[in-house]
Amino acid sequence: MTKCIKSITNPKLKLEVLTPAEVRKIHDATLWIIEKVGVKFPSKRALDIWAANGAEVDRERKVVKVKGDLIESALKRCPPVYPLAARDPDQDLPLDGNHVFVGTDGCGVEVIDIQSGQRRLSKLQDVIDIARIADATEEVAFHWVPVSAQDTPHQTRGLHEIKAIWENSTKHVQTESIYSEHEARAAIEMASMISGGRQALRKRPVLSLMQCTAPPLGHDGGSLDAALLAAEAGIPTGFMTMSACMTTGPATMAGTLAVGNAEVIAATALLQLAYPGAPVFYAAAQYASDPRSGAYTGGGPEDFLFGAATNVLSDFYNIPLSMGSFATGAKEPDWQAGIENSLSTFMASIVMSDMLLGVGFLHGSRIWSYAEMMMDCEIFSIIEKMMQGIVVNDETLALETIAAVGPSGHFLAQKHTRQHMHDLFVPQFMDRRPYSEWESKKDDARDWASAKARKILAEHQPDPLDPKLSAEFSRIIKALEQ
Amino acid sequence: MYEELFKKMAQSIIDGDSDASSALAQESITVGIPPLQAITDGFVIGVNTVGDAFGRGEAFLPELVMAGEAMKAAVAVLNPELKKQGTERRMLGKVVLATVEGDIHEIGKTLVGTMLGSSGFEVYDLGVDASPDKIIGKAIEVNADIIGMSALLTTTMVKQKEVIEELEKEGLRGRFKVMVGGAPITRDWFKSIKADGYSEDAVGAVRVAKQLVGAE
Repeated sequence: MTKCIKSITNPKLKLEVLTPAEVRKIHDATLWIIEKVGVKFPSKRALDIWAANGAEVDRERKVVKVKGDLIESALKRCPPVYPLAARDPDQDLPLDGNHVFVGTDGCGVEVIDIQSGQRRLSKLQDVIDIARIADATEEVAFHWVPVSAQDTPHQTRGLHEIKAIWENSTKHVQTESIYSEHEARAAIEMASMISGGRQALRKRPVLSLMQCTAPPLGHDGGSLDAALLAAEAGIPTGFMTMSACMTTGPATMAGTLAVGNAEVIAATALLQLAYPGAPVFYAAAQYASDPRSGAYTGGGPEDFLFGAATNVLSDFYNIPLSMGSFATGAKEPDWQAGIENSLSTFMASIVMSDMLLGVGFLHGSRIWSYAEMMMDCEIFSIIEKMMQGIVVNDETLALETIAAVGPSGHFLAQKHTRQHMHDLFVPQFMDRRPYSEWESKKDDARDWASAKARKILAEHQPDPLDPKLSAEFSRIIKALEQ
Repeated sequence: MYEELFKKMAQSIIDGDSDASSALAQESITVGIPPLQAITDGFVIGVNTVGDAFGRGEAFLPELVMAGEAMKAAVAVLNPELKKQGTERRMLGKVVLATVEGDIHEIGKTLVGTMLGSSGFEVYDLGVDASPDKIIGKAIEVNADIIGMSALLTTTMVKQKEVIEELEKEGLRGRFKVMVGGAPITRDWFKSIKADGYSEDAVGAVRVAKQLVGAE
């Protein structure tokens, strides 16, 4: 058990969402797509690597066609197990296939202000506040950059953001908001200072990088260059597909899985060709576009199935998965938010996705809500409890106690009850009060969740980052701004 | 006298069948229907039918897109004939569209282009990663009414502001209406950069564009 971090481990619940034959068929379809249709890699460095390895490279269209065996042999070099290290080594996260960890979602542009309750544009102080609350929360195991620090210069914004998180939390930082070579280079330098040098960083990477693909079947040049730099430094790197039924993928789920899979495994293979054995992860948040408008869904039966199916694919390639769950499309922490975030997180958890992204957002990862963050943490706690399943043995069958109570008695005064009552889940944000009590107050989960976030923010003092490191980080950032 | 043919034209748009719509356009030229009439009494009826059904939540987005494509195919056949006859289809306005510099995400912008095109705007789509100079240059060249810019990244949003500032600096701000959109774009952002129009989706963008040119 990692210190102060809750994870799902040794699960009793299981689900077969795809048969081995179906996975094979999706894999074969993916290889066909990469070989016959091709994937766009708009980066000179990436195209050079593909060309050097014998792939068919169209320099003008920047499209690469690769034979299946080259992709397969490259993927065999991916390490199946490695840690996401934290500033506090007791909070390192083993990505070993037997843990599900939750992060904060990102990267939004608005915040429901924790004091005023008003919606406004996000800024650096929000990154700081959210990091501090996440640091204190046992459900949050690692950070994404939750919201954009829009009051910092855009060319160094990604660096201001990770600096702010490191200064306010000892947990692992995975950034999804660094997608240029110059920022990646500086971020690696900052990370290596925390780890204690380049070699130490390889062993205990305190930073990981997540890059979005550009579906269908494309990538962003800056993302590719940043990912190659990270892979070279031994920093865990993942490509996330958000291919969507009907818009950036076929209307059918299998086809959308294959398109997204082609984007992810082609880019993953590229990293392995360049730096064999570099730690990589699969990342995905596929969804079904709304048929009426084409809008992002943020939840729905197809999205929940994608959440379960993707880990089967990443297991097939034997690499960890970072899966999009939570991220409701609801505008308020309401019925829709509850159902979407519960089902998406349950489906991604039951197949043991290694990382879940993440808690805290409304309106499709655009508006940060502290209340939603706290309630999302509770959803994860409920699922973590469910995943333990039902333990059946002599102690839990409790026959002696049953005999002692007999017909018409109660179990409230039994020693066995006292020993096991703490096994039962105690919710923080469920209303189980008498009706009259609710009627007199008319408060609910949102009020309690917001109050909890405010309390943490007022009281929690994270272990500070060495001020010398902070000063060095400021110097690195300043140098890039001049 | 061509009622049947007009009905077929409308239906080809409703079916999103570009092959049928271009064949019908050709047929209308052969039988001597004035091209403007083929558009107004035939094809546009189909566009409006799909648009209304979409507004009621009955038609799905692909039906709207395919209707737009079928309309485009028909108009492409009729355009040379229109020119030959010296008549012109009255367009609502000219729009220069682009995904801003440093950004390659264009599905939403392309969709806006399709919708504007099928709603009577003349659209010049500059694609992705378009610099302020390129956008403004094109707007001047075609004498655009509207400049539309999209951005998906929180770090490229600022380019929308740069284009507006550049227009101010060159004394061109009054000449073009500016519309902005994209996933991270909010009403607050739209207001803070002093753009003229903003919508969260493509259908709304058509409404906004029409308001900006005084067509609605």
